[in-house]
Amino acid sequence: MNYINKCGNLLIDNLDLKNPEHKETRRGFGDALVELGKSNPNVVVLGGDVSGSVRTDLFRDAFPDRFFSVGISEQDMMGTAAGLALAGKIPIASTYGEFATGRPFDQIRQSIAYSQMNVKICASHCGFTVGPDGATHQSLEDVGIMRILPHMNVVTPVDYNQTYKAVTECVKSEHPFYIRFYRDNSPNYTNPDAPFEFGKADTLYEGTDCTIIASGLMVWESMLALELLAEEKISCRLINMHTIKPIDRNAIVQAAKDTDCIVTCEDHQKIGGLGGAVAEVLAQEYPAPVEFIGASDTFGESGKAVELYEKYGLSFRHIAEAVKRAVKRKK
Amino acid sequence: MFPNLKNPVFTDIDDLSEMARQLRRDIINELLISKSGHSGGPLGLADLFSVLYFNKLNILPQDPYNPERDFVFLSIGHVAPIWYAALARRGYFPIDELKTLRKINGRLQGHPAPLKTHGLPGVEIASGALGQGLSIAVGTALGLKLDKKSNHVFCICGDGELNEGQIWEAAMTAHHHKTDNLTVIVDRNHCQIDNRTENVMMLEPLVEKWKAFGFELFEIDGHNLKEIMDTIDAAKKVKGKPSCIMLYTKMGQGVSFMQDNYKWHGVPPNDEQGKIALSELLPTKFGDFVDYYKK
Ligand SMILES: Cc1ncc(C[n+]2csc(CCOP(=O)(O)OP(=O)(O)O)c2C)c(N)n1
Ligand SMILES: [Mg+2]
Repeated sequence: MNYINKCGNLLIDNLDLKNPEHKETRRGFGDALVELGKSNPNVVVLGGDVSGSVRTDLFRDAFPDRFFSVGISEQDMMGTAAGLALAGKIPIASTYGEFATGRPFDQIRQSIAYSQMNVKICASHCGFTVGPDGATHQSLEDVGIMRILPHMNVVTPVDYNQTYKAVTECVKSEHPFYIRFYRDNSPNYTNPDAPFEFGKADTLYEGTDCTIIASGLMVWESMLALELLAEEKISCRLINMHTIKPIDRNAIVQAAKDTDCIVTCEDHQKIGGLGGAVAEVLAQEYPAPVEFIGASDTFGESGKAVELYEKYGLSFRHIAEAVKRAVKRKK
Repeated sequence: MFPNLKNPVFTDIDDLSEMARQLRRDIINELLISKSGHSGGPLGLADLFSVLYFNKLNILPQDPYNPERDFVFLSIGHVAPIWYAALARRGYFPIDELKTLRKINGRLQGHPAPLKTHGLPGVEIASGALGQGLSIAVGTALGLKLDKKSNHVFCICGDGELNEGQIWEAAMTAHHHKTDNLTVIVDRNHCQIDNRTENVMMLEPLVEKWKAFGFELFEIDGHNLKEIMDTIDAAKKVKGKPSCIMLYTKMGQGVSFMQDNYKWHGVPPNDEQGKIALSELLPTKFGDFVDYYKK
């Protein structure tokens, strides 16, 4: 029997799990912006003194007239973006995750979400992987605080290719979006030609004992966990829940029906993020045991990303352990 | 190595200048070991920190939270390497600990971490997200005034950081409540991450802005120790309103290839660059905490 069953064409061909191609997700954002700049004259970008870091420098250099530097003033940035939207533009507001969500929360709430402005908030440097910068810069609450806002769409692509698609697609909608990505190089493994639809989860692997529902960088970590689990003859479905809101309720309920237990994995607080969102659906529609991988109601600290994943329980080994716990809890 | 006496530890400008150079060497060594962190801002502030910690501040390192202490708020948390060097040299914690900058399970977090979780002596509160320090400083100043205490409160801000609206909200509060026990020190190095400050966000006329917000203003050369000493005395004497020192510095001061170059805002030197930096910053009588190149 096969314990690892890849589905469809969602991953690139001949994927080498040991030695994948690496590419920055933030670069996927930057490259997509440049293409959007060419095809859509209404796309404008706001910079918060971190343009080189979040890669809006690529758009800035290509379309200097449509790039607005607002300095280090994230609250002002969100308000300005709302105003640009009223003037018929499609503003992309981008900075680091914490400063894109936590700092200007009320401006986002009132002027973007409540007012339903066509603003795309694109956050780089999210999660534990900013490593040595420490807790102030490790954005672990952003998905939660964006997800609780009515009208906000929340997307957490997994790699360069999917970030590129998410950014390209979000501009076709008139709704507010929050798109989350990362600083570091990470495996680029999703098929660039595979379809991408907000709110429709990707089932990457089929399995029978448990379903892992993961987001962002943790999808790759989960793929490594599948290998460990296969050695112990445990077969898992793996879902890439790239859209946290609106969440794919059918995929979650079907997974609970088919495998009777779930593990959620995110580089974020367990409270309020993907884990919370999945548990909300299951509690209402089909209760099943859930194990959570993520930050356990704690802030991070300085350290290398791999050290932090190890210390805070986010590594593929932790995921494999969580799967075994979930399987044991099945009735 | 140092007597944990109240200030001044050094009265002689030559000693303070040598300490400033040692702090610069410490910053380079910290960053060589951590391989991550900010070079430019910390180097530019070494002269200020030498004066504050070895001459002007009313502090007791062996009793860092003595109720009579002067308060220092580092609103620009990213310049932590200079603060850590000054605190270590002044005896707040072992100098050897500078080797642990940005390392897991350490106290020297990339941006200063809260006392309650990391317990690094000398740190009052977390910083790293810009723009928050001045509000905190104003709050502490108000509390001290309520108790009729004579502690002075210093808040160190970056010039790029002044883009944040909260700074100006706090400035209004400081003025409104006449917090003359508060001095804002602006690191006016004309650099921030993306570019020189005026290319990212027009700050000028900056001195006039602070004056209009009700501050007594001092403009000084941030690399002239005597001027810094005299101005801190003068700022402490201001009555009836808060004070602001516009400290004109150069990012990366002391290391020729970093000097006045915004590209050195947030990167550490590599091994080769570190060697050149240390050759330009001559060794001092205080000695290094590490011989990085002896392996
Ligand atoms: C709220 C917030 N937004 C953005 C950042 C990212 N950031 C860190 S330092 C910095 C530039 C600060 O410039 P300045 O205050 O002049 O410091 P210097 O570059 O001179 O050291 C920025 C944008 C941050 N730390 N906090
Ligand atoms: Mg500056």
